[in-house]
Amino acid sequence: MPTELENIKAEVKDLNFYYGDVKALKGVNLKIPEKKVISLIGPSGCGKTTLLRCFNRMHDFYTNHSHTGEIILNPEGVNILDRKIDPIEVRMRISMVFQKPNPFPKTIFENVAYGLRVRGVTKRSVLLERVEKALTVSALWNEVKDRLDQQAFNLSGGQQQRLCIARALAIDPEIVLFDEPTSALDPIATARIEELVSELKKEVSILIVTHNMQQAGRISDYTGFMYMGELVEFGDTDKIFTNPKEKLTEDYISGHFG
Amino acid sequence: MELKTNYKRQLLINKIFDVFFKYLGLFFLICALIALLALIGNLVSEGFGRLSFQFLSSFPSRFADKSGILSAWVGSFAVMLMTALFAIPLGVASGVYLEEYAPKNKITTFIELNITNLAGVPSIIFGLMALGLFVYKMSLGQSIITAGMTLGLLVLPVIIVTTREAIKTIPVHIREASYAVGATKLQTIRYHILPYSAGGIITGIIIAMSRAIGETAPLITIGALTFIAFLPASPFISQAPFVSTQWMFDPFTVLPIQMFNWVSRPQEDFHTNAAAAGLILIVFTLTLTAVAIIIRNYFRKRIKW
Ligand SMILES: Nc1ncnc2c1ncn2[C@@H]1O[C@H](COP(=O)(O)OP(=O)(O)O)[C@@H](O)[C@H]1O
Ligand SMILES: [Mg+2]
Repeated sequence: MPTELENIKAEVKDLNFYYGDVKALKGVNLKIPEKKVISLIGPSGCGKTTLLRCFNRMHDFYTNHSHTGEIILNPEGVNILDRKIDPIEVRMRISMVFQKPNPFPKTIFENVAYGLRVRGVTKRSVLLERVEKALTVSALWNEVKDRLDQQAFNLSGGQQQRLCIARALAIDPEIVLFDEPTSALDPIATARIEELVSELKKEVSILIVTHNMQQAGRISDYTGFMYMGELVEFGDTDKIFTNPKEKLTEDYISGHFG
Repeated sequence: MELKTNYKRQLLINKIFDVFFKYLGLFFLICALIALLALIGNLVSEGFGRLSFQFLSSFPSRFADKSGILSAWVGSFAVMLMTALFAIPLGVASGVYLEEYAPKNKITTFIELNITNLAGVPSIIFGLMALGLFVYKMSLGQSIITAGMTLGLLVLPVIIVTTREAIKTIPVHIREASYAVGATKLQTIRYHILPYSAGGIITGIIIAMSRAIGETAPLITIGALTFIAFLPASPFISQAPFVSTQWMFDPFTVLPIQMFNWVSRPQEDFHTNAAAAGLILIVFTLTLTAVAIIIRNYFRKRIKW
């Protein structure tokens, strides 16, 4: 378990989430330590995406859902699920990388600069500096530095996903959410993203959903196993994979289902 | 054995039907094309010889060979401008509102239903409504602004519907990507929704305009003149502020009304004039359609997800 010695960046408390009458999350409790990689694994439909999207209030765009419980964001200790908290503010601090690379049909530069533009940054020099930094951290700078003004959809799938990571990083978030970021990519592109995620934890806290257990094993410090809306087990990645406490976790890890 | 021959027979019948419907379709297509070509060919053979600078730069006259379409094309142009000024902001804003902001409830459904209905209302009804509302109640007179607002209302549903359709093609994941870095709804609309749907919206606007340019009935209903030998006031004047809106309140005629006036005369020469004016009108419309296609292709190449 993340110990009290670590700084806790965010904490999920007794979170229940409903799509209409369907309960998609059941009493989830989870601590996100600062500057670590936390992965969520579990079979399809177990609620990983649902939980992830609570963190940046992505559910707000849709109707007919409800929740009880809290997600506390530190250091202020605010409950970001509170209706009184502006979701825009939450998303400025917690950004997200999606399952399928989704660059805007704009130039490479504008894609990365977008998060800054919406904050009112207009000075070209500032934008350029921040874009370069984000692209460098995303291990894309060398490949695109000569063609920042080209359309992003000309990049390969893996490059597009790294561009989306750069876009999520350019705004200096405190947590970055990844929802199966490599599921649409080939093995080589996947390896690069994994490498990148491991690097990133020097700067931000990372919550990554994956249905690929090996991936979770390779990149994360802590792993949570979810099953049918419950967080069955959460702990050190090594422990979860070698010596899980729950029978269910063991079955899943050894490939008995899912 | 028995079974096999039946099977073959059925196959043959299917094939005959296949071929039959293919050629039936082709036949009807050719019929439609021939009819269209015959119409245009007829206009060209009748009117092409009449096209000249004199024809474009003269007012209508009692004498067929001295008349021209100056007041008509200037009127058409001014009315189109007014229609665009009125219908584009209103139509696009309504489309964006309905697609992006409107809550999904009974009232919204009712409004949507009525917009679709509005698209099917005969244009003369719009004319009657405009006569009562714009001409009499609002005392705007039988003017360019009345005409523009009437035609604007007429094509509003087209613009609203195409705006919505264009916005609908933007994938959810693009919106979510925008929101995920902290953009507001307005920023998402400004940086993504409008730019990405611009191709579709502009195409819709042009189609709406090419419909409006040929409308006759509602303009006759509001009392457009059929014979007019002067131009609306100039939009530019010599004293400050150098622009004037007087032209909006001037009487007008438009190309199709001018044509209507000429074909209703007994003399053959006026019919030639009408054909020539018709040619100009068709060139207008075809140009608009061509521009719409070019714009659509331009945006198609630039937007990919
Ligand atoms: N928008 C939605 N409306 C209704 N049910 C949903 C919706 N999204 C997900 N669900 C349901 O919630 C459960 C969890 O889904 P999800 O979080 O997407 O799972 P995962 O990401 O682990 O595959 C599933 O049973 C799914 O069918
Ligand atoms: Mg999922």
